[in-house]
Amino acid sequence: MVLAIGLAYVYSSSPETIITDTWRFDWVNLGKSINLSLGFYLDPISVMMLCVITIISTLVHIYSVGYMHDDESPGRFFPLLSFFVFSMIGLVAATNLVQMFIFWELVGVSSYLLIGFWYHKPSAVAASKKAFIITRFADAFFLFGIILLGLHCGAYEFADLLLPETIKTLKESEATFAGYDVLALGTLCVFIGGWGKSAMIPLHVWLPDAMEGPTPVSSIIHSATMVVAGIFLTARMFPMFAEAPSTMYVVEITGAATALFAAVIACTQMDIKRILAFSTLSQLGYMMFSLGVANMDHSLGYSASMFHVFTHAFFKCLLFLSAGLIIHMVHSNDIGHMGGLRKKAKWTYWVTLIACLAIAGVPGLSGFFSKDEILIAAWEGGHHCSFIIGAGVGFLTAFYMFRYFMLIFHGEFRGDAHHLEHAHESKWMVLPMVVLTVPSIFAGYLMKGQFLGYVLPPGVSAGEHDAPGWIPMMAIAASILGIGLAVLMYRKSPDLAAEPKGLRKLIYNKFYIDELYLFVTHKIIFKCVAAPMKWIDDYVVDGAMNVQERLSQSLASVVRAIQSGLAHIYVGVFLIGFIVLIIFGGLFF
Amino acid sequence: MAFLLNCTWILPALVAVLLMFVPKDNKPAIRMLSLIGAIVNLGIIAVLTIVFVNDPPALGDNPAATVLAFETKAMWFDKLNIYFHTGVDGFSLLMMLMASIIGLCGILVSWNIEDRCKEFFILLAALLSGTFGCFISFDLFTFFLFNELTLIPTYMLIGIFGSGKKEWAAMKLNLMLFGGSALIILGMAGMYIGSADAMKDRGFDLIAMAANGSIPVEIQMWAFPALFLGFAVLSSVFPFHTWSPAGHAAAPTAISMFLAGVHMKLGGYGCLRVGMYTMPEGAHACMDIFLVFATISVVYGAFIAIRHRDLKFINAYSSISHVGLVVFGFATFSALAIRGAIMQMVSHGFVTAVVFALIGSIYGRTHTRNVDEMGGLMKQIPFLSVAFVLAGFAVVGMPGTSSFVAELTIFVGSFQNPGADGGMNPDPLVLTCAVLCVLTIVTTAVYVLRTVNRVVNGPLTKDYDFGDANKIEKSAIIILLFCIFAMGIFPGWIANLVDGSLGPIMESLNRGAR
Repeated sequence: MVLAIGLAYVYSSSPETIITDTWRFDWVNLGKSINLSLGFYLDPISVMMLCVITIISTLVHIYSVGYMHDDESPGRFFPLLSFFVFSMIGLVAATNLVQMFIFWELVGVSSYLLIGFWYHKPSAVAASKKAFIITRFADAFFLFGIILLGLHCGAYEFADLLLPETIKTLKESEATFAGYDVLALGTLCVFIGGWGKSAMIPLHVWLPDAMEGPTPVSSIIHSATMVVAGIFLTARMFPMFAEAPSTMYVVEITGAATALFAAVIACTQMDIKRILAFSTLSQLGYMMFSLGVANMDHSLGYSASMFHVFTHAFFKCLLFLSAGLIIHMVHSNDIGHMGGLRKKAKWTYWVTLIACLAIAGVPGLSGFFSKDEILIAAWEGGHHCSFIIGAGVGFLTAFYMFRYFMLIFHGEFRGDAHHLEHAHESKWMVLPMVVLTVPSIFAGYLMKGQFLGYVLPPGVSAGEHDAPGWIPMMAIAASILGIGLAVLMYRKSPDLAAEPKGLRKLIYNKFYIDELYLFVTHKIIFKCVAAPMKWIDDYVVDGAMNVQERLSQSLASVVRAIQSGLAHIYVGVFLIGFIVLIIFGGLFF
Repeated sequence: MAFLLNCTWILPALVAVLLMFVPKDNKPAIRMLSLIGAIVNLGIIAVLTIVFVNDPPALGDNPAATVLAFETKAMWFDKLNIYFHTGVDGFSLLMMLMASIIGLCGILVSWNIEDRCKEFFILLAALLSGTFGCFISFDLFTFFLFNELTLIPTYMLIGIFGSGKKEWAAMKLNLMLFGGSALIILGMAGMYIGSADAMKDRGFDLIAMAANGSIPVEIQMWAFPALFLGFAVLSSVFPFHTWSPAGHAAAPTAISMFLAGVHMKLGGYGCLRVGMYTMPEGAHACMDIFLVFATISVVYGAFIAIRHRDLKFINAYSSISHVGLVVFGFATFSALAIRGAIMQMVSHGFVTAVVFALIGSIYGRTHTRNVDEMGGLMKQIPFLSVAFVLAGFAVVGMPGTSSFVAELTIFVGSFQNPGADGGMNPDPLVLTCAVLCVLTIVTTAVYVLRTVNRVVNGPLTKDYDFGDANKIEKSAIIILLFCIFAMGIFPGWIANLVDGSLGPIMESLNRGAR
């Protein structure tokens, strides 16, 4: 029932044609001239995102029927999933920055609720909190950026904000905030919002932990759709970002660093979902630096980034769905407890193979096309350092994906055998996976022309690209080298029990960034900021108030002593007063 | 209609008197009488609001004079020129709407009070009467009278019906609040005496004071800080906030709801309506200091809330942080931020009331308010837990809840404050404070999620044998949550209502800037 509503909703909002006019609902005004409204703003990137979201959410809903079959509370799961889809659609279709922020937060809420779906698991609860707070931290900057840009441009609507004239006026006005250029500061703050949501380093720590949520959730929220919101935001604001070179520089560096860093970590992880999470991070880094290397004249990076968002959504979702199925079969997340599942899970084997080949960038599959364009964009834009990182990450990607693949499906089974006896591939779960292989294979080939021709920043027309032929060749070589190395290393079941040592230990523990966070939050913020504040509040501020209280009390007790209620004292005081008055009277008159 | 408006305070007073004649053992009758009184009162205010929205009073000749709807003006004390002057504009109507809803829910959550039931509801009715009287008074004298009238029932309600160190807390609360009142009297006396004799026929009339700018600037320079400080104590601005955690912790649920939801707003109402409106020059001269203290409240309250373990303390400090934002909004002098601050008053009223109602219901079951001793309540009491999570999101300021709209308006407004020259250059101090306030949304998320996760999530820590909320508790919580979400999703009409009544106040403030 709930599922039916969810599906109907998803289908009804699936756009068949590109609607150019927008629908609006006046929400609240901010001052006399600025009316905030909620509505739909459709352009190539939002339509692309709407397609991705609706297709993937539909498939994930179907998959969840099988996955959540034995769960206690599907009645909570499906509404939350639908709520997420609602928020995500509101986000990508936002007509103005504030609407985007509203749905941006709602997406965060649904992510929080879904990560912590199994609320009785302390690890899931902690992960949900971590995800929410880190993204909230970034969102505070986002909000600040929105206010700053809105204030100086006099508008929040994208249609007004992204006009070349608006941006030009802002740039030429050289407005400053606390000594910083408003354009640079505003775009940077907006980008920090995307930084958190898309989990770029060092704000990435929430994403691997978010894998505590149910796997369908990881597949849709934490790989295919929500985490690309930051990329989407950057693309949405691209005309403005492109005029702020310092911000673009930050975008590029963050993206490239995340791509490399996450890929290195992914090579050492043992948790099936965390490997995929780091792989997602790495791919997000690709998308981000691709945007960073683009500008209004060389917009290939922009198209390539959106193209990669599109293709990545399919094969990464597919990888997660298959991982979920495997977890269901072996009741473990540790790839050390898997192996040799090729025979038991035939469908899964083949779809995972296709997805791995796609993400590794093997020619002919979707990932190859989009990644190739990113590398070309980096080279043509003259960003050679990013280009080298991108190529290197291509090799690492191929390596860790096939390490993952070999450890799961080849070799000997290393887990608890009796789980496997009853294991089977549920129809509900296999069907969406098979459907997803289609775009994973063909999306790149079929859609390349569309993306390079139509998905362009506003006001830019498609240009000719004659890419040097050696770039695709090199990319292919890198991926084949990676695959080959992984297959060689992990063909037989290796000894996985050994404790990682030295550099490998450092990487395995994710460079101890989580520990650093714990240190900063617990030791510094809680112990060194909040605790002294409480101490001051309890003893200094409240103490001062108590002193005042005691003073008034002691004053009262002095007064009370006089008003003892004893008649003879009153009479005595009266007499003394009388005498004093008489004496004074005698003295003065 | 004017009589109907006065009914809002007469009716609770009447209920209090009637309750005295109900035998004290007839508890159902006592409860029903209070409830009916509150519902009728809410109905009256709703009718007045509808009439007001459909037919708002036209502006008068003087743009700085608030035009009242449903006005009553009668000479009361001719020697001192004290009038009985009541009426409403959009701002006070909104506050009354909020107060009546919270009052109604307060009665609902107190349904199970057995011990001295009669006295409890009499005092509660007296409290409501004082509050409504305060919101409709436009003569400073009656305003003050009604304001004091709210303090005495509060004292007794905490001292008698509270828990823990109740006498101490009630004493502390009242000492501090009466201290505030003393400052208010000082300010009032200044406003009254300091003016030229010719002006004395205006007496204590708020609108006359503001509209003609009749209070001399040199008087304003000391009367405004005194008055504003007095009201700031009431809205628990740092460093005069310590009555609030102690008071809330000791108070019974309904009183906590009312204290944080309505009483602290009375302070904010006074700050704007009495302080800033009548003495704009004084406001401009010394608002920087209040701005700083309000910002400290915002940041400081949120950080301290992280460290506390007692649910009521957490919400008390959270209230300090959120009400600090109200004073912050006022102190920016931006029309938009002041509108946001007013919306924040209404919004926070509902939010904090629902949180206290939930804390009360949870405490009634677990018999502890320490978050470390709870856990996994989602399994045991799903309704209360889901409501707790939703209320938590409202505290964090998620879109869809009223606090988001209010906070967003304050933040946007504070960045476009008129600044010292009244032109396009915003005041750097305001901007610094605004950035700090924006960043506090993170701290808020930290303490809310810590609390929510410890209380409702995680494994069950004990074997509990209690059930979920009963119908009466549920109805109170649903009413309040409905208000929060209704205001969050359709904020437009409230914004318009506030904007309509803000015109004269801004006119007066802008005159003060010149």
